[in-house]
Amino acid sequence: MTEAAPSPLLRVTGLTHRYGEIVACRDISFELFAREVLGVVGESGSGKTTLLNCCSAHLEPTAGRVEYDTRTHGLADVFGLREPERRMLMRTDWGVVHQNPRDGLRMDVTAGGNVAERLIMTGARHYGRVRGEATTWMDRVELELDRVDDPPKTYTGGMQQRLQIARNLVTKPRLVFMDEPTGGLDVSVQARLLDLLRGLVRELGIAAIVVTHDLAVTRLLADRLMVMRRGEVVETGLTDQVLDDPQNPYTQLLVSSVLQV
Amino acid sequence: MTEAGRSTATAGRSVGEAYNFAYLDEQTKRMIRRCILKAVAVPGYQVPFGSREMPLPYGWGTGGIQVTASIIGPDDTLKVIDQGADDTTNAVSIRRFFARVAGIETTDRTAEATVIQTRHRIPEHPMREDQILVLQVPKPEPMRYLEPRELECRKIHGFSEYGLMHVQLYEDIAKFGEITTTYDYPVMVNRRHLMSPTPIPKFDNPKMHRFPALQLFGAGREKRIYAIPPYTEVKSLDFDDHPFEVQTWDECCALCGAEDSFLDEVITDDEGGKMFVCSDSHYCGERRAAGHVGPMEGEDAPSFARPADQEADGS
Repeated sequence: MTEAAPSPLLRVTGLTHRYGEIVACRDISFELFAREVLGVVGESGSGKTTLLNCCSAHLEPTAGRVEYDTRTHGLADVFGLREPERRMLMRTDWGVVHQNPRDGLRMDVTAGGNVAERLIMTGARHYGRVRGEATTWMDRVELELDRVDDPPKTYTGGMQQRLQIARNLVTKPRLVFMDEPTGGLDVSVQARLLDLLRGLVRELGIAAIVVTHDLAVTRLLADRLMVMRRGEVVETGLTDQVLDDPQNPYTQLLVSSVLQV
Repeated sequence: MTEAGRSTATAGRSVGEAYNFAYLDEQTKRMIRRCILKAVAVPGYQVPFGSREMPLPYGWGTGGIQVTASIIGPDDTLKVIDQGADDTTNAVSIRRFFARVAGIETTDRTAEATVIQTRHRIPEHPMREDQILVLQVPKPEPMRYLEPRELECRKIHGFSEYGLMHVQLYEDIAKFGEITTTYDYPVMVNRRHLMSPTPIPKFDNPKMHRFPALQLFGAGREKRIYAIPPYTEVKSLDFDDHPFEVQTWDECCALCGAEDSFLDEVITDDEGGKMFVCSDSHYCGERRAAGHVGPMEGEDAPSFARPADQEADGS
């Protein structure tokens, strides 16, 4: 290996997770580099979300390693870190955009408060600055600023999802995990959200893992694609390559089952 | 008011023989004392304890009464305060309880008491190193409304990842332009543990800072004891650009004219009449006995506002 080879941001080796008898993920290995967006596609029950939860340290895998390029220790096993360090990582370096905004937002706290929380959690104690930052981010995700003091439960699904993104990006994370970021949104709102996400990810140079069953989402967002079926990775490659010239029979089926309008 | 001033419960000794001293059995008291020692060693940390059922409903001071029962001795003098007053139901009941089951002396004078059990106030009269203040706690966990999971709360305390309370303060400022939390205002104890000061008005928060007396907190329903040792640093949370402030009033106490005490607004009729009086009844009475006069003190003062000794004479 030459010295010029960059070190990965995230390295997953032999990750297996089972729920009792059921194997959700089997022997998955991959590397993710800085500024890279990895799409994970597959049908329901193929282990996508379990994989994401293991990578984002929300679920300890039965076997295998998840290593992350931490600022202090370099590439380190996420589950070998002390718990406070891991939690620190989760609220500074990482972001998680949940499929259901209710999992990622405090529905009774104002939108501004939701964005401010991540800043406050990392030590900000100046109201004016926190609020300024929060409104800036609400503006960047195209939310109306006169709704800043409304709780997210009064927001539409698309607005909630954008608020979730603002809340995650406010601490300038290096890696964002997204689980079906456009799930449950109508098509025009989906398009706007994807456009916004693509812009922000490129502009801020964020690496991301996007789990979705929607191939169109990966076409727009992902650089590389990983196709999963029954807990195993059946095909990987550049997004365009996988979608335009699928090799695996299952991938071929998946690509051909997308409805053409 | 049957126990005005200092009184020895002579009847208490004979009735109390059916009970162990101070009601609780010795093993329970030892258990609670061990918890208190741990709480004192780690200021602001909530120590779980085996809360017992007391002859008192939850929410009336079951935690405070167990702490008091564990620390009180035959030579102690007890004062009980409920919302600042010595003569409300809860204060009278708890005072009478200890007079019966421990045969100890009770008082309503802050300076004479060695143990003061209180609900919702810290006395206006300064306290000393040889006194102990026991506070009744309804909700020991300050983050409960924002983080309902107990396990998560304990981790936040353990890792000192405090920030949630500031989100609550942020919400106040965003909605009302200022911090509108006026009671149960969260504090940091010894720069380490976030703590609920119990539902005392935030007016009393600064008194907790470097307080000479030991402060013990007992939550009976939630089964937690915590403590602030004497002279510990207690800081109320705030933002750099929205510093902590206590309540102020335009009026002074209508009876004693005090301008430095916490005032209760009392409605006097159904035509909008009202008056402001000291919430600490002993402090107010002491000032009036010393000759201080407020704007409404006199013949037209409502009956409840008469000085304690005057009322005792009349009954």
